[in-house]
Amino acid sequence: MTTEPAAQAALHDDLLGSAGDGPDREPGDEGASIWRVAARRLRRNPGAILGAVIVLVFVLVALLAPLLAPYGPQELPGRAEIRPTYIPGPSSEYLLGLDRYGGDLFSKLIWGARASLVIGVLSTLLGLAGGAVVGLVAGAFGGWVDTMTMRFVDLMLSVPSLLLAVSIAAVIGQSPVAVIVAIGVVQVPIFARLLRGTMLAQRGQDYVLAARSLGLSRRTVTMSHVLPNSLGPVIVQATLMLATAVIEAAALSFLGLGGGSPTTAEWGRMLTAAQNELEVAPRLALWPGALIAITALGFTLFGEALREALDPKTRKR
Amino acid sequence: MVRLVLQRLALLVPTLFGLSVLLFLWVRALPGGPATALLGERATPDAVERINRLYGFDRPLHEQYVTWLGQLLQGNFGVSTRTARPVLDEFLARFPATIELTALALLIAVGVGIPLGYVAARHQGRLLDHTTVVASLLGVTIPVFFLAFLLKWMFAVQLGLFPSAGRQSASMVATHPTGFYVLDGLLTREWDAAWDALMHLVLPAIALGSIPLAIIARITRASVIEVQNADYVRTARAKGLGPGRLRRRVVLRNAMLPVSTTIGLQVGLLLSGAVLTETVFAFNGIGSFLANAVFNLDYAVLQGFILFIAVVYALVNLAVDVSYGLIDPRMRAR
Repeated sequence: MTTEPAAQAALHDDLLGSAGDGPDREPGDEGASIWRVAARRLRRNPGAILGAVIVLVFVLVALLAPLLAPYGPQELPGRAEIRPTYIPGPSSEYLLGLDRYGGDLFSKLIWGARASLVIGVLSTLLGLAGGAVVGLVAGAFGGWVDTMTMRFVDLMLSVPSLLLAVSIAAVIGQSPVAVIVAIGVVQVPIFARLLRGTMLAQRGQDYVLAARSLGLSRRTVTMSHVLPNSLGPVIVQATLMLATAVIEAAALSFLGLGGGSPTTAEWGRMLTAAQNELEVAPRLALWPGALIAITALGFTLFGEALREALDPKTRKR
Repeated sequence: MVRLVLQRLALLVPTLFGLSVLLFLWVRALPGGPATALLGERATPDAVERINRLYGFDRPLHEQYVTWLGQLLQGNFGVSTRTARPVLDEFLARFPATIELTALALLIAVGVGIPLGYVAARHQGRLLDHTTVVASLLGVTIPVFFLAFLLKWMFAVQLGLFPSAGRQSASMVATHPTGFYVLDGLLTREWDAAWDALMHLVLPAIALGSIPLAIIARITRASVIEVQNADYVRTARAKGLGPGRLRRRVVLRNAMLPVSTTIGLQVGLLLSGAVLTETVFAFNGIGSFLANAVFNLDYAVLQGFILFIAVVYALVNLAVDVSYGLIDPRMRAR
């Protein structure tokens, strides 16, 4: 279509990359150049760096919660100081003040990061695994298996995502597991579609034809050639999905599907509990809400930057 | 064009059929069952059995499904176990509220999003552009219900500029011939009632419209930037097309193609968001009713409402594809 330098460069890279893809090479070797290029471009993108920093801080806080938080997730150290019309604000003892039940807001926010990370990662892994099974089966077999599977995927996509998540969580019952499964299942059709699409695009590529004509089995070609080359968009999508998962988990909690008591250290739950205290202590809503937004922003920034960095069309511009 | 529409409508039939089977089975997989949910602590085995017999939940599944589908095709969506009123009535009573809300939200999103994205693209790389990009990213990542909280807290609770809940002030005496409160006020010339209803819509609509607004602004910006640098724009300019006409006839028109698809895709998002926004603002639409139906395990309402929403969703997507033909002459030929 075009013979722009960028397109030519991409073509060149593709040819060079595929030239070395013999059956005796390690799976990690393929696409090494594209990842190196991507890493270099990410380092130059301020949005990517900001996103990476946010994600890194979030993950560290979540992992190190027991060391960072002055109080445990269920502890209510300031219970005696709470009055119906008065909730103590920030002090030297309680960095961000107390909540309605006498819990330390600062500690609960830190434990909340851990809850969000667990929910986000597990649900995205679930969505990815489910999507991989569905998408790979459809993409690898083609024919009526493909048609039937994709009809089903369309069916799932024909219901707005939050409604679908709410429906699933309602079936399982009110618990964190329900939230994880619900968000994960909602992601399945999205990943399935993406994986099938990239697989089909890869299948027509010359290097696949070359590998097949060398006598490699369909399974080997799929597993060690098509799959690694389809990974880029999937990783991007997974990063963006983590942002969605954090937000949707909060939404499900808000609708009361997260389970647990009102004192649970989970951002969505804290935000929900705070809606009755808007006039007494708005900070109780502001902190968890802002942290949800910032965390989601971090994953989105990083995901978008990664998408740009991995896209051969925008390379070397 | 007509063929395309008919084809798509025909495709809708198996999709809806599949959805109806799934919905039917899913609703029956809910724990507890509707009788338990309805009776709560008064759920003695005897009472549960009576409720089950009354609504036909004791019959074999396939029999229930055939009955349900048969009634469905006759426009009978069953009876809400919660309110004992027909599902269709419940839906029709609330649908105008949600339409009003989502329409205003979409209007805000399109009305602000497209100009914003366009202006940002024209000032690409400058402060205004960067601000728009960051703001649109934030718009996507702020949870809808958190934004709803913030708006409610700031503009309703603190400043008292807007009402904080409901569709119309309780003190307002108004007649409702259509169920669209703003429209009703205009039709009956009860101007204060129309104004009051509109004021109730503003905050929820802004909250609901925030995500679509951010997405539309981003897509518009990206699309305009791409079209601006296209060869045919340069050609048109070289042929002497004035800057005003160039922008309107060539740039904007071509840039609107991906934007129109995006707008269509927002409908699902708006319906999801309505569940949250309506809950925060105690706005009596289908979103808040649906959220309650999940907890009451109101089978008929869940099945009916989700099916309705899927139909609306599908029709909107069809309309988007048709609008494609109107914007892009190349699509008309197919």
